[in-house]
Amino acid sequence: MNLKRNLGIAMAVAGLAGTTLAADLRFDGYPDYDSQLEAILGGFPQHNVELLMNEHGGHHDKLKTNLATGSGAGDVVLVDRGFVGSFINSGGFVDLTDRFAPYKDDFAEYAVAQGQGADGRQYAVPVDLGPGVMYYRRDYMEDKGYDVDNVIDDWDSYLDYGRELKEDGILLIGDATAVATAYWNFNVEPGNGLFFDADGEPLVTGPRFQRAFELAKAVRDEGMDGQISEWTEEWYAGFREGRFATQLSGAWLLGHLQNWMAPETSGNWGVSNLPDGIYGTWGGSFLAIPKQSEHQQAAWDLVEYMISEDIQRAGFENIAAFPAHTETYDDPMFDESIEFLRGQQARLLFADIAENIEPVQPHEGDQIAESLMTTALEQVLNDGVDIDTALANAERQIRRRVR
Amino acid sequence: MSTTKQSSVTSEPDQRWRRFWSKSTPYWFMSPYILIFGVFGIFPVFFMIFLSFHTWNPVQGLGSMEFVGLENYALGLTDPTLWQTLWNTILMALYSGVPQHLVALPLAFLLVQLGKRARHWLTTAYFLPYVTSTIAISMIFYIMYSRDSGIINQALMGLANWPVTAWAFGWLNHFLPIGWVQENSVIRYSVAFVVFWKYVGFNTVIYTAGLATISDELYEAATMDGASAWQRFRHIALPLLRPFIFFAVTLTIIGNMNLFDEPYVLTRGLQFASTNGMTVSNYLYRVAWEWLDMGGAAAISWILFVVIGIFTGLYFWFFGRRGLGGD
Repeated sequence: MNLKRNLGIAMAVAGLAGTTLAADLRFDGYPDYDSQLEAILGGFPQHNVELLMNEHGGHHDKLKTNLATGSGAGDVVLVDRGFVGSFINSGGFVDLTDRFAPYKDDFAEYAVAQGQGADGRQYAVPVDLGPGVMYYRRDYMEDKGYDVDNVIDDWDSYLDYGRELKEDGILLIGDATAVATAYWNFNVEPGNGLFFDADGEPLVTGPRFQRAFELAKAVRDEGMDGQISEWTEEWYAGFREGRFATQLSGAWLLGHLQNWMAPETSGNWGVSNLPDGIYGTWGGSFLAIPKQSEHQQAAWDLVEYMISEDIQRAGFENIAAFPAHTETYDDPMFDESIEFLRGQQARLLFADIAENIEPVQPHEGDQIAESLMTTALEQVLNDGVDIDTALANAERQIRRRVR
Repeated sequence: MSTTKQSSVTSEPDQRWRRFWSKSTPYWFMSPYILIFGVFGIFPVFFMIFLSFHTWNPVQGLGSMEFVGLENYALGLTDPTLWQTLWNTILMALYSGVPQHLVALPLAFLLVQLGKRARHWLTTAYFLPYVTSTIAISMIFYIMYSRDSGIINQALMGLANWPVTAWAFGWLNHFLPIGWVQENSVIRYSVAFVVFWKYVGFNTVIYTAGLATISDELYEAATMDGASAWQRFRHIALPLLRPFIFFAVTLTIIGNMNLFDEPYVLTRGLQFASTNGMTVSNYLYRVAWEWLDMGGAAAISWILFVVIGIFTGLYFWFFGRRGLGGD
């Protein structure tokens, strides 16, 4: 009897200990991370992980509501670079500075900085990167007798190439806005943020934005783009039919191109630095742990697992998520030549870019500023609004809205 | 004797209990609705009044709310984008609303003339877009409006280049392909057409129901006096339909001023809605959920509420009395 009771107590205690050890976690994210997690969770038996996937926009909307109400968020959440600026200062994420400290130096410096709040603490940890690159049609360049290095020499040479292409009825790029976005994103003056300086003053009427708008306007006015918005059916068809000769984008576009957007154009493509040799980041994802999580330590175990070297490498293989862990760049798989890009060793280029990007401090007004600047750009390109007027208007509105 | 007394004593609280139940039964039946309406209907309205006097970034949690007085309203009223989007909303409301009624009225009259069987089938057909999901409809139109592969541009291109029709439509080539939902000059019409197409059936049903209330004798008498079909429509149907027209137009005003889904989907989540394609509701969604300024968005929605109130009020002032069937 006594023995039986003791045994029961022992079993209860063991059961209790078991539950505290193996927690039920939920990972909230967007595709393709479901494919990645399904592939790697087999190697993570410590906790039970459930996935909650929503499409990109819906996922972030849900996360906003979860943070607002303090409930309903997963234990680990995936955050896109575009949202990380407005989320990390929210006070809704667990401070990961101490836990991340031992790994910090192994990760791309600029991405680590992007995950830090205004107080310098680490609230989000980079999990994949989007080195900014230019994809280009090799065959068009050969036809025109151009070498890629001459084309990307600076922005003027890039536009000159566009003028040449126009004679053959080929567009330089799908939409001119990408030229402006690339320019203002990747020529940030040292010490400044994207749209705001260190004191929070908007920079949008400055020379960087002037030049960005002028470049895009030249592309549009001279008929070098097709006003084909990204991620539309026309854009995909444009890649398949070779309507445009270049695309400025994140390295991750390669996965989309070869898997579903234009697999039949394999061998015609190449990849290079962005024009003017600038290093920049185009997208990328972060992991964070909401404070509302009841299993923060277990959640960190999952984050730690996902940023470990092997898993970072697996992510690259599974879903072409470019590793944020820079130690992985020595892996032989980075030397592999890529058939879609006519045998180019593109990953070496991506790694080189990732290691050279300068950190830019996010500002909580970035999202408002970006949205207002995109509208201003559309007004210049489509409605013939004067650049100075559009920028001055945008600046006024940014000042009003960023409080 | 004693037994009857006893039973009456015990039944007293019993009866009160029963009376309470029978009296309160309707409220019990209503309680789920009242509860849900309170949580999702009444509470948000008051919360929004409260919110419009505060700044609140939702991702920072409820604690980050800060009282700012009338600042949100001042900001909204002096915001050029707000006025631009309000103007877009009014134009789209007119472009879609006016044709809706101009088509629905004669259509209903025609349907009634066609007799019962045809009327039932056709009314169902016209009503179908109304009961179909707005998102689904908008997505289909988005595909049809596509610049290079959309069926509308393809058809126009065919007309402009087919030798038989080229003489009449050749000039179209100058404009083709048209970015129906990308170009500022046409986007309001493209959105308005979808709204028109979706709601014309709804109004037709209201008007057919209205026409059914008009006695046949009136038509017969008029016919005997030699009134033409147009005269019967103009002098009998139209005046007697006034209360129905009034009702349907009021719904259109309120619905169109709140337009959100159609432009949102047609512009790919506002990606193309640079200047002319965005409605006030779209804008306040952007302020709230993209810019995370809930206070500012609440103030905008109250401004929109006042504007709708003014329009409906004006409409009542001018047409209300006669519209409701009075003199």
